[in-house]
Amino acid sequence: MLATRYFKIWIGGLILLVLLIGGLAAPLLAPYDPQEQRLEDRLKPPSWNGQGSGGYLLGTDNLGRDILSRIIYGSRISLLVGATTVILAGFMGCFLGAIAGYFGKVADEFINKITEIFLAFPFLLLAIALMAFLGQGLVNVIIALMLTRWVQYCRVVRGEVLSLKERDFVLAARALGGRDFYILLRHVVPNTLASVTVIATFAMAIVIIAEASLSFLGLGVPASIPTWGSMLAEGRSYMYRAPWLTIFPGMAIFITVFGINLLGDGLRDILDPKLRGQR
Amino acid sequence: MLKRRFLGAIPVILGISFLVFLLMHIAPGDPVSLLLGESATPEEIERTRHEWGLDEPILVQYWEFLLHAARGDFGISLKFGEPVTRIVFERLPATVELATASLLVAILISIPIGVYSAVKHDTMIDHAGMALALIGVSLPNFWLGIMMIYFLGGQLNLFPVAGRLDYGIEIEPITRLYLVDSLLTGNLAGFWSALRHLFMPAVTLGTSLAAIVTRITRSSVLEVMRQDYITTARAKGLSERAVIWRHTVRNAMITIITILGLQLGALLNGSVITETVFSYPGIGDLLIQAISLRDYRLAQGLIFFFAILYCGVNLLVDLLYMLVDPRIKL
Repeated sequence: MLATRYFKIWIGGLILLVLLIGGLAAPLLAPYDPQEQRLEDRLKPPSWNGQGSGGYLLGTDNLGRDILSRIIYGSRISLLVGATTVILAGFMGCFLGAIAGYFGKVADEFINKITEIFLAFPFLLLAIALMAFLGQGLVNVIIALMLTRWVQYCRVVRGEVLSLKERDFVLAARALGGRDFYILLRHVVPNTLASVTVIATFAMAIVIIAEASLSFLGLGVPASIPTWGSMLAEGRSYMYRAPWLTIFPGMAIFITVFGINLLGDGLRDILDPKLRGQR
Repeated sequence: MLKRRFLGAIPVILGISFLVFLLMHIAPGDPVSLLLGESATPEEIERTRHEWGLDEPILVQYWEFLLHAARGDFGISLKFGEPVTRIVFERLPATVELATASLLVAILISIPIGVYSAVKHDTMIDHAGMALALIGVSLPNFWLGIMMIYFLGGQLNLFPVAGRLDYGIEIEPITRLYLVDSLLTGNLAGFWSALRHLFMPAVTLGTSLAAIVTRITRSSVLEVMRQDYITTARAKGLSERAVIWRHTVRNAMITIITILGLQLGALLNGSVITETVFSYPGIGDLLIQAISLRDYRLAQGLIFFFAILYCGVNLLVDLLYMLVDPRIKL
């Protein structure tokens, strides 16, 4: 079954790599400026479907902007929000989870209660609520999603630290005079990284859909920045006349999330000890 | 033990209420001037601030909020002019109907595929089932909704694309669950119309849940299939069908029910998006309206309500869990 696992990692990783390169090299790859309006070319169908004009591979929107260029630029926002949120939420969750698990007692009780409160909200609703009150903006989207995603890391890291701190190598480190924070950072936390990597991968997929959902609802990144979610929201009004406005941005989200989930699946099969040998 | 579970929920609810209360205060700028607009005079703003108690110290404001919330009073919606609680309860049945139908769709899709994948473990059927689940979990449900509207609603004209009923059809409100009410009153035209309106939103919302539950069903059935009592059941000479459905699936149901319960949060998340896409008049759609109308009170009340609903459902799942497996004590 090893072959299937590596197959998933390869395909998932490849999709992510293509997106990353596409996002980074957007100015070189995009055939047009994503914001440039050409009203004479508005709602042009994709060039390959017979009725379209040669210049626009995925057609144009109601303001004559090139869909392909907007999708390429949109990948930047998805990946930026996805990666930043996952990293920040990861740091926050791992830090609190490690403290709760390692020191126990009051710290554990307190952190546990906070996680319970955050878990009491369906996460997208909390993000919607935060965005409604924080207002639109790229930084606000990252803050709102980070505040809703740290809990998973915290729970898992806490659980792992609880068992790790009783292991012989930790006792040995302590017997040698290691201080708590040294032991935690040097010996305990690195041993949780396998699980954290798996959570982070799946979290990235969830965050990308969440960002698109917020933008779709008009609560995400300002409309002046092209994002896949806002492209879908704008395209909805022209759904019957110009279905390509909704089909392609949605496919972009789907392929991205599918790739990341595939990668997460493969990584989990290899890294997560609980699943090892189950198949 | 049950008492402890209930008592444990109290600090969580207090925490939720504080977080919801804080939301109003993290809004950049003054919510009153935002709401009244640029044309409002300083006197008007001051008067509204006083009426809302916003000139009081923050802890006093929280205490007041808590006292009112405990009585189910979230104030008057600023845009609808009615009590927030009444508006929420008017819209709630629509969401309950949608969530229940979605849950049903999810169960109908996921249990057969999950069980079959586990039984045919490591075959092409299993891989196909899991690939389908991966696709389902990666599909953004607002996109799936839009695509269904375009193909099934627009191109094929099979289903209505918005609302809960056709124009001109009325259902006498008893529970406000249209499918139930129309059956109770023998209104078949109403039932058919409500069912057709419910189909696409329920499939949209049910699909993402189905994807998750399929995977859990498969892994828990696999887990049970390795137990000794399954080998015993086989050794007794029971038919494969009896071994799978009576012994394996029944025991795997404990995990499946828990996951279904835990995924209700996903249903509530999804209901906001799905209701917006299909202009379905439930509380998810209402939340987005409240936010876009800057009706902060209604939004605050709704968010609090969603969180309490979610907590309540989780508590219910715990109880159900105990019923399904008597070995479990809460």
